[in-house]
Amino acid sequence: MEYAAPATLDNALALAHETDGQVRFLAGGTDVLVQLRSGLFEPDLVIDIKQIPGMLDVTRSPEGAWTIGAAVPGRILGTIEGLRDDWPGIVEAMELIGSTQIQSRASLVGNLCNASPAADGIPAMVAAGATVSIAGVDGLRTAEVADILMAPGQTNLKKGEIVTSIDLPARVAGSADAYLRFIPRTEMDIAVAGCAVNLTVKDSQVCTARVSLGAVAPTVLLVPDAATAICGTCLDETALNDLAAACRAACRPIDDKRGTVAFRTDIAGVLARRAAILAYRRAQERESA
Amino acid sequence: MALDDLRTKEFRVVGTRPIRPDGIDKVTGRAKFGADVTASGMLHGAILRSPHPHARILSIDVSRAIAEPAVKAVVTRADFAGNLEGEDWNVLENIMAGERALYDGHAIAAVAATSALSARDALKLIDVTYEKLPFVTDVDEAIRPGAPVIREGAADESVPEGLHPNIVRYHENGHGDVEKGFAEADLVIERSFVTEATHQGYIEPHACLAQLGPDGKGELWCCTQGHFAAARICAKLVGIDASQLRVTPSEIGGGFGGKTTVFIEPVALALSRKANRPVKIVMSRSEVFRATGPTSSASMNVKIGMRKNGDITAAEGEFRLQGGAFPNAPMEFAAMCAFAPYDLEHVRSRGWDILCNRPKQAAYRAPGSPMGAFAVESVIDELCNRLKLDPIEVRLRNAVKEGARAAFGPRFQRIGLIETLEQAKAHPHYMAELKPGQGRGVSCGFWFNHSGETSVSLALSYDGTVSLSVGTPDIGGSRASMCQMAAEELGIPYENVRTTIADTGSLGYNDISHGSRVTYASGLATIRAAQDTIRKLCARAAARWEIDEEAVVWEDGHARPAGPNAGEFEPLSLAAIAADMGETGGPIAGHFEITPNGAGVSFATHIVDAEVDRETGAAKVVRYTVVQDAGKAIHPSYVEGQYQGGAVQGIGWALNEEYVYGDDGCLQNAGFLDYRMPVASDLPFIDTVIVEVPNPGHPYGVRGVGETSICPPLAAIANAVSNAADVRMTHLPMSPPRLLKAIQEKELG
Repeated sequence: MEYAAPATLDNALALAHETDGQVRFLAGGTDVLVQLRSGLFEPDLVIDIKQIPGMLDVTRSPEGAWTIGAAVPGRILGTIEGLRDDWPGIVEAMELIGSTQIQSRASLVGNLCNASPAADGIPAMVAAGATVSIAGVDGLRTAEVADILMAPGQTNLKKGEIVTSIDLPARVAGSADAYLRFIPRTEMDIAVAGCAVNLTVKDSQVCTARVSLGAVAPTVLLVPDAATAICGTCLDETALNDLAAACRAACRPIDDKRGTVAFRTDIAGVLARRAAILAYRRAQERESA
Repeated sequence: MALDDLRTKEFRVVGTRPIRPDGIDKVTGRAKFGADVTASGMLHGAILRSPHPHARILSIDVSRAIAEPAVKAVVTRADFAGNLEGEDWNVLENIMAGERALYDGHAIAAVAATSALSARDALKLIDVTYEKLPFVTDVDEAIRPGAPVIREGAADESVPEGLHPNIVRYHENGHGDVEKGFAEADLVIERSFVTEATHQGYIEPHACLAQLGPDGKGELWCCTQGHFAAARICAKLVGIDASQLRVTPSEIGGGFGGKTTVFIEPVALALSRKANRPVKIVMSRSEVFRATGPTSSASMNVKIGMRKNGDITAAEGEFRLQGGAFPNAPMEFAAMCAFAPYDLEHVRSRGWDILCNRPKQAAYRAPGSPMGAFAVESVIDELCNRLKLDPIEVRLRNAVKEGARAAFGPRFQRIGLIETLEQAKAHPHYMAELKPGQGRGVSCGFWFNHSGETSVSLALSYDGTVSLSVGTPDIGGSRASMCQMAAEELGIPYENVRTTIADTGSLGYNDISHGSRVTYASGLATIRAAQDTIRKLCARAAARWEIDEEAVVWEDGHARPAGPNAGEFEPLSLAAIAADMGETGGPIAGHFEITPNGAGVSFATHIVDAEVDRETGAAKVVRYTVVQDAGKAIHPSYVEGQYQGGAVQGIGWALNEEYVYGDDGCLQNAGFLDYRMPVASDLPFIDTVIVEVPNPGHPYGVRGVGETSICPPLAAIANAVSNAADVRMTHLPMSPPRLLKAIQEKELG
């Protein structure tokens, strides 16, 4: 196995492109190193992307859009001025992953590329309508987060492509998100189900919403029916019940050591209600602010 | 043996809380654990494990592995002793499969190579041909007609005829006429209970370094609760004399019963003999889960009758425990401990030991007792609820005291159950108001405690300090307690004693550190060895003063003339006598060897408050109080630590920990991510109350405390959760899916 830490994106792309056999990119390494040690794969080349300019940067455009570099440790997100105000759900999702030590290495892009159906970082990004910037030898492209997820552990990134950043759109007033997951413990666990809600409120009424579910299907789901259920409402009991029902209807979970089909489906509805209430309350605060 | 006169005196060192002698090493990382030992020329071992729950091994071809230059030895079952019987054979069969793989993770072959990576890679070059066989992993399924037979003819003479061959042992105890008793009851409740298998979860995986030459002489360094027992069984398994194998125990990162047997040690010895080089093996966490001993899983029925006033009229229990593909699941302990706290006229308990395609169970903290208590104490709680009686009052009404006949036969000596119940009743916790959504649970628990072979040696240095050698690995701060007891007897400061866990070549045979025996038995032997030393010290003083030995007494660390008739001499300190011991008769050392017979039984009462999220089924323990009889707490901090540790392991077992087997018969959660032990933020502060009702079998009154603390938690937590959720939980762990399902079924009626 070879290890390389190229100093430029072009070098990294060339290395990845030219290498025969399996290539893995290394950001924080909190998935890659564990998988290596447990013998899940034996790559021919590991490319550490942390030396590449921009990979550890978080920037905000004058319009308010955010760009989070692929290797930015999750622990940093909460310390960046304005990010939690704009995207509290994304920051809190990252802060649920592993422990303080893990978050000091783990990145949002890594969480995305590992493509676990139960990834805590992904539902919040999907609900946010986040896009990713992808570099390849043929140039740059962008894609919606939800569109690159194919199956457990699988993305549709082409060989040699590198996700360079997560890009979050600018916020309008009265917007907020929230992410909740269910685990049997209080930390250091994997989501049995997770739900992110991102919405905008005007005059106490939900005008736009995106609802995403994790750990209840082979990939993280965007649930348009769940968004429809709360749009145009003041998140009254009927709307919340409709939201929960829409989420449960979208679930296609499995029975496994972490939970049953019935339990996951049930919990998805409960989490959706609670996350919607949380996002709604935050959005109202931001509307009046 | 009666309490010594000293008991009635004020203690000087015992009962204080000095810093533990191994503390600095542990917090600085200097302590040497199992994996920290190395030797020059050392090879690394790795073990090939069965991917099938049950399969005939048709062939093992190691030729491709042995052809690798890095590989120096490969062993299979043929490299171990072939003439073993009984439990020795069971242990061998467990650590290296014979004709069949009996569970997912069963060892099939092992290699030693020049690096750990080469060894792991070489495993892929061993070709095993399996013929898959039908399997069963559930204790109830295993005794249904048609269930695959794990081992023909394994049942012993205790098993009545006509039962399924997977039932290999049977036990019953009790007295009176339970039918008569049930007829006298105002309310009889009968329930079935299930507890899943849990692992001890020690933080340190098994690790060892072995060296065995062609001359049959060997050295073994390992992480174990009992190095003398390890020497005995390892010698048997590799066919050498026990005294030719010297075993040195490392520091131990937790055992809880799981390190009372051997797994990798005989394999490392066999590899070393074949390669003629030292071999180190360190288990991965997944190997620990798949191939070392978890506790038994259990299926139980309990029926109890009660009068309106709270008197229990009769009790009956059936306890079916599986212990993996090998006999000796601790079903008799479940059956004996379950009703032990209660003075019953009519009681009957029966136990069945059942084989399954799972790893061989190993001891886990009071083996069998927590499950039995869960079933019995749950039914008592339900009876109290239905009859509107206070659960502590009911337990006080029925509690055993000195002279009462235990449900399992003998009469109790002096015991402290009632004292624990009274302290629990008076505790602020028991009077605190519950918040909405919370419930409270109470449970008692019982453990026998054990004594075992014990040998201790105490030697003086010229400077008057003391070197104490014991043979029981320190699994809970026992070196501190031993130093305290030796210092107490000798009348010297705690800091003047160093306690060493001596290797098997340096001391007489010592039973394992199990059965909560160490502070009791090694403590007793330490006190007696100190007294032996004092006799010798007094003799030296007598010789110097030219008076009779009987005319010298030992007080406050000094030899003194016994009285005015003995003459007037300046008292001689221990240091003064030690300083010239070479010229006054030679080195001074005290010894004591015994298998004592007075390990006092121990009882505890736990109070738990739990909170339930009715929408998700998540249960959280919000307040916990342990009240337990320690007899005499030598080092109260470590007694409290044992109380807290038992409660914490109980919380894990009750709420989330379980071995999950798939339809393929394989363990699904062989890692800490999905084997859900509690993390620190899952736990409340565990409050403790030490009750001291002295054990007449120990000079200071010590009772073992390590195991009793895990007997009540399963029931106390289940009672708290059941009361919080208003639904009786009979299946542990009460994981969120199970609890939510129970809540929803009750709501649907």
